[in-house]
Amino acid sequence: MALQILLNVLLAFVWMFLSVSFNASTFIVGYILGLLIIFMLRRYFHSRFYVIPFLVICKLILIFLKELLLSNIAVLKVILAPSMNIQPCIFALPLEVKKDWEITVLSNLITLTPGTLVVDVSEDGNTLYVHALDAPNVEETIKQIKESFEKTILEVSK
Amino acid sequence: MKGIADAVVIFFVVVGAILVLISAIGAIRLPDVYTRSHAISKSTTLGIMFILLGTCFHFFIQEGHFNSRLLLGVVFIFMTSPVAAHFISRAAYYSGVELWERTVRDDLRNQKE
Repeated sequence: MALQILLNVLLAFVWMFLSVSFNASTFIVGYILGLLIIFMLRRYFHSRFYVIPFLVICKLILIFLKELLLSNIAVLKVILAPSMNIQPCIFALPLEVKKDWEITVLSNLITLTPGTLVVDVSEDGNTLYVHALDAPNVEETIKQIKESFEKTILEVSK
Repeated sequence: MKGIADAVVIFFVVVGAILVLISAIGAIRLPDVYTRSHAISKSTTLGIMFILLGTCFHFFIQEGHFNSRLLLGVVFIFMTSPVAAHFISRAAYYSGVELWERTVRDDLRNQKE
């Protein structure tokens, strides 16, 4: 992915040198032309056309912000409820993601999800220990949410 | 136009302040370290992000001055505060802080021993 971006910048510079005008607008035109060239030559690269992972990362950021809002509303309900009627628990979550940065992003996402907080990662990096604020009604929905998170993260690094 | 802009700024700053207040109430009302850490890590993160965004809008609209440091502050808080919550609760768990007595399940106990 980084190689493709570097190649695209290089192509934009070649365009600037070809048109003998060194300013930002020429760079942008060259960058768009280079993007088209890389799109046409995409089957010669090992990784995917780099715009796709970029879009998936944008999607991940939007999910992050949405979850942050939802989790605030959920925590707000618990705090302002007249009786403290919650059942906290710590549960183990088996991980599919393998690389360190993926585990970091996933645990940050989980911490910002409604009612969950990462307490520990196991030594071998296969399990995540998550503290849930309210066990009975959250655990199932949370598993679904995390499957979608994990899927998106795996999609980035595919 | 000016009225709408002011309304946006007021909305962001007031909501941010209320969120910080709620997380402070949460820190008092909730029973143990882990549940408190839920309240503090989430509500203060969003609250401070809202206050910083409101400040950024204010200076941009009133004085035409775009302060990128405020946006950087938003990004840094967004990245660091969940990690801080994670570290504090992990340190609490391994130094033997008790969970609340109504805690249902504890899968981490086997791992610890």
